Amino acid sequence: MTATPDPPGPQHPEPSRRRPAILRAVARHYGAGPLHLLALLASFAFAGYVVDRLTTVNDHVGIAIWFLVTLVAHDLALFPLYSLADRSLSLRARRHPEALPKVPWINYVRVPVAISGMLLLVSFPLVFRLDVGDYRSATGLAPNPYLGRWLLITAGLFFASAVVCGYRIGSRRRRQVPT
Amino acid sequence: MPDADVDDRAEARAASGGVWEKLYEAFGRPRGPSRPEAWRSPLRGPWLTSLFGSVLLVGIPVMFITGLVSYAAYDPRLPGNDTTPTHGILGFYLFDWLTSPSWIYRVSQGIHVILGFALTPIVLAKLWSVMPKFFAWPPVRSIAMLLERLSLALLVGGVIFQFFTGIFDVEYFYFWNFSFYDAHFYGAWAFMAGFVIHVGLKFPTMRRSLRTRRLRDELRCPLSDTRPEPSDESGLVAVAPAAPTLSRRGLLGLVGATSLATIVFTAGENIGGWTRAIALLAPRGRSYGSGPTDFQINKTAAVVGVTQQKIDQWTLEIVGAKKLVLTRAQLMSLPQSTQRLPIACVEGWATEQTWTGIPLAHLASMAGIDKPRGVQVNSLQPPGGFGATYLSAEQILDPRSLLALKVNGVDLSIDHGFPARNIIPAAPGVHNTKWVNKLTFHD
Repeated sequence: MTATPDPPGPQHPEPSRRRPAILRAVARHYGAGPLHLLALLASFAFAGYVVDRLTTVNDHVGIAIWFLVTLVAHDLALFPLYSLADRSLSLRARRHPEALPKVPWINYVRVPVAISGMLLLVSFPLVFRLDVGDYRSATGLAPNPYLGRWLLITAGLFFASAVVCGYRIGSRRRRQVPT
Repeated sequence: MPDADVDDRAEARAASGGVWEKLYEAFGRPRGPSRPEAWRSPLRGPWLTSLFGSVLLVGIPVMFITGLVSYAAYDPRLPGNDTTPTHGILGFYLFDWLTSPSWIYRVSQGIHVILGFALTPIVLAKLWSVMPKFFAWPPVRSIAMLLERLSLALLVGGVIFQFFTGIFDVEYFYFWNFSFYDAHFYGAWAFMAGFVIHVGLKFPTMRRSLRTRRLRDELRCPLSDTRPEPSDESGLVAVAPAAPTLSRRGLLGLVGATSLATIVFTAGENIGGWTRAIALLAPRGRSYGSGPTDFQINKTAAVVGVTQQKIDQWTLEIVGAKKLVLTRAQLMSLPQSTQRLPIACVEGWATEQTWTGIPLAHLASMAGIDKPRGVQVNSLQPPGGFGATYLSAEQILDPRSLLALKVNGVDLSIDHGFPARNIIPAAPGVHNTKWVNKLTFHD
């Protein structure tokens, strides 16, 4: 599994002095050791074989397109979205620090949002009933309870977080009162 | 993540006289997320990335191997069973599927699906930790780096494609036109082409980075003592980090808790028993009731076109050295066997029930075939979509393989395959053909 190429980094602090001329020439024009090149070429050739096999099936173009779409969907949509949401939350915290409790309250928002969001990410087709009848024909049941279940789990997460956060704020106040 | 090792970069830069740098001068200064200062999280760093990476280094091979096992479980070398018949060398490892232990497919496929849910947060956390590299400017500084970035398209595109096709398939969200089997099969191999090379190139870095901190110490380190990892050439550590709002252990706890939540709310559909009640977000976590035939249905009779009229006209045809036609009453008078066996679906859910019926081996010998090589199973259900299957000699001869007439002491319900259905130990769910109306034994 791990055909480890010779790591050309810290182990060889001055590689160009020790390597033979041919390897130095590869490194100069290529940017890494020859093993790096060979391993990548082997990987691409294998991927090429997989693509060649893929072309034998129906709608292989659709499969290839979705392969690229998922990459872009994460890097240019999902990631920027959750990063911006988190940053706007923490910027608000920095801008109005005096109005907010002195416990790291932001994590009492982050944790339920993250868990609830992840549960939605892995079950939104059920939650939003996007199966266009396939769920019912496969199971004999209507896909009706999932939205309610996800909302209840989300409510539970935020409630638990609020209880813990409230307890933390309260215990901090109690500690401050005697002084 | 996406670059060749640092010294090689420096070497290439020095040697080529900054050809790549000149190329980028035309674009001016980097903007937006391409500016290193844009990345503020004090938690990103090679140790954190390597920790997530080490979890995936175990998890992804388990996913891959259980996926290969599931393909083998369909016995694709038998006539008509292969969902990806033009797989070429990619089926090199195929073997005759087993019948013992009867829970093997249930466990292996349960791991595949539930682990898929559980690893989703880890994959996203790993991607989060390396995102500065995706936007790093300049994107390419040598041919080596260009090739490595291309292979990362296989890795990152592959991992997301596999997770999304897998999760959407188990939730019946088929917004695509392609066959799920084609997409998930070839997607897996393309992903592996990127994964193996990535592990090969980054394993030394991962090991080195993991040695820079001890997990035990990090788990004791509160927010007030949380500092960024020392800045290095990895490009992961923020050059202008914001003050931490979450400790490193807090982040690990959050990712772990999220992963755990996906397991808690789905695993019960495979484990069954009382855990099914808490599998609130599992497609197959729901109860059908408390009667003897109230368990998970895969495809109702109505949806595959099995009507009451067809059932009323049903007889079982058995073909071998001779041909027999039997009614259900005649089948009921044959020696019956009772077995407790699971139905385990490729979608990860399972349900174990007590089945009563005639051993397939007995039906083979009734047809005059004592040493069957295989049996073609046909059904009232049309042949497409697993309406027809082919079973191996081992599956026929296992005494637990039944043509079941009853379940939990009562007649099968129509949705569970009345008048007769197969139940085969360790076979994937769809090989337990319902509404069986013809068995053609070959010797």
